Amino acid sequence: MAAAPKPRVKVPKTAKAGEVVLLKTLISHEMESGQRKDKDGNTIPRKIINKFSCEFNGEQVFSCDIDPAISANPYFEFSAKVNESGAFKFSWVDDDGSVYTDEQKIEVK
Amino acid sequence: MNFNRRQALALSAAAVAFAATGLRARTALAGTEETEKRILDFAGKAPESGKITLTAPEIAENGNTVPVSVKVDSAMSDDDRVVSVMIVADGNPNPEVATFHFTALSGAAAATTRIRLAQTQNVIAVAKMADGSVFMDKKEVKVTIGGCGG
Repeated sequence: MAAAPKPRVKVPKTAKAGEVVLLKTLISHEMESGQRKDKDGNTIPRKIINKFSCEFNGEQVFSCDIDPAISANPYFEFSAKVNESGAFKFSWVDDDGSVYTDEQKIEVK
Repeated sequence: MNFNRRQALALSAAAVAFAATGLRARTALAGTEETEKRILDFAGKAPESGKITLTAPEIAENGNTVPVSVKVDSAMSDDDRVVSVMIVADGNPNPEVATFHFTALSGAAAATTRIRLAQTQNVIAVAKMADGSVFMDKKEVKVTIGGCGG
């Protein structure tokens, strides 16, 4: 397997109260679909990120159920309304049970 | 048996072409019927058109990564908002692609991701609103190189 999945997230540093900001997330992951076969004809077992979610100060902002038809290195772009300073917490759940997380702060001016 | 470079190249090209056709024939596809069933399971009724916009390229050169965006017309207040949006594709081995869940904190019901498409097919987005109404949008994407491995 490739290197451990590495999340990359883009969150604006500051925002005005009530502003809707755009968040961009990407995680390196091969997203093995379970459809491919190796050179001996055996099916390569499925191993994908099956759930992504984003919380702001503990409250759910956005989440996504993911199927194998999402490309390798899954990328999500979505928005969030920020009313106060705080931290976005992002998490990705792998088929093997591991959870990858990242956290980014945003300051409301 | 010795090949010169040109012969070897021609042979390997033929082998690749053969492998590609073989795989395509063996892959069972989801088909429109199963896709419609998935939409009904998700929505609970036949979706209307309007409100939701699905943006996808008309022609995707590489089916391994096709950018798609969905956007739903909604105030995203507590009672008038989008609960979830499901994306399905009727020509993939499985119709499911992804389901987005929005909350009042989402601010706007819009999301972008990159998907895999095995062949030229319809991509469908279905939005479920908080009041129970459902809307859909459909785009045909022509795929030059399929993206389901093999």
